Amino acid sequence: MIAWAPYESTMGLVQKIFYFHVPSWMVMFLSVFICGVASIFVLFRRSYRADRIALAAAELAVVFGLIGLVTGPLWARKAWGVWWQWDARLTSALVLWTIFIAYLLLRRYGGPGSERLAAAVALFGMANVPFVYWSVNVWRTVHPKTTVVPSLGPGMSEAFWWCAGAFLCVYLLFLALRIRLEENRLEFESLHLTSED
Amino acid sequence: MRIMDNMVPIKDRLFQRRVSLFSMSLQMVMAIALMLACAGTLLGGSVIAGELLSQEEMLAGQEEFVPISELPPEDRLPAAPLLIAAYSFVWVVLLVYLWSIWRRLTKLEKEFEDFTRTVSLRKTGPDG
Repeated sequence: MIAWAPYESTMGLVQKIFYFHVPSWMVMFLSVFICGVASIFVLFRRSYRADRIALAAAELAVVFGLIGLVTGPLWARKAWGVWWQWDARLTSALVLWTIFIAYLLLRRYGGPGSERLAAAVALFGMANVPFVYWSVNVWRTVHPKTTVVPSLGPGMSEAFWWCAGAFLCVYLLFLALRIRLEENRLEFESLHLTSED
Repeated sequence: MRIMDNMVPIKDRLFQRRVSLFSMSLQMVMAIALMLACAGTLLGGSVIAGELLSQEEMLAGQEEFVPISELPPEDRLPAAPLLIAAYSFVWVVLLVYLWSIWRRLTKLEKEFEDFTRTVSLRKTGPDG
């Protein structure tokens, strides 16, 4: 479908990066949202299940954010003539990604009790998403505005939504896998403790 | 003494974990199948598009724009390597992530097998 989609007038072939650059950010934002909501339950209800979901979602936010951060400059090199611009959208997206790197580092090396501190970091990260999304409409930036996706022409629209759906399916499958891996790991630790008793 | 009291629930929990780990492996196979299906559809789409649409038809909806082929050479950058690099990177990242889950799952399975063996030995005793 990507091959079938029409060529964009000024950028030509390289514009087709759009079909996986934008879905990867959409899925990353979804993952940040899931992580943020789960972190609310971790902070206020001390839910272990929510903690597992938050950790899995944070890891996937980093994975899909990395795809967006690498495919973007590859597209920008042709479209803008530079790999990177320190403008509002690109910088805020990078900051959002580093927040979730910080979350994972906290979980990995923070020691006991770090899950609540990490949950607060995730909430901070989730609060950043609207700023990243609206940054292109508020500040002057070389990045296209949020009106691009709703105004896609025939051919482009179908290819885009098909790719967005595929990314969503892969994301949900990865999320389910990662949550179950964490559940199994924790259950295994619990079994160890029980047997030592 | 307490380990003997806890033996039945531990056995049940071990069985549940075994089932869970096995179904995770199946899920991973599903993930790979889904990704291959996506790639197959994209590849099939490209082939069909190439066969069904002539160059004129592909450009038919774009007559109001300047086609990239009519741009002066200095305005053109080789786009295909960038597109292929981006597309490959997506695949590499997703497959590496899937591999990392697989690796963690295999490690957990191994630890789980060791643990099961230890529990069985404790139950039966060194003399059987």
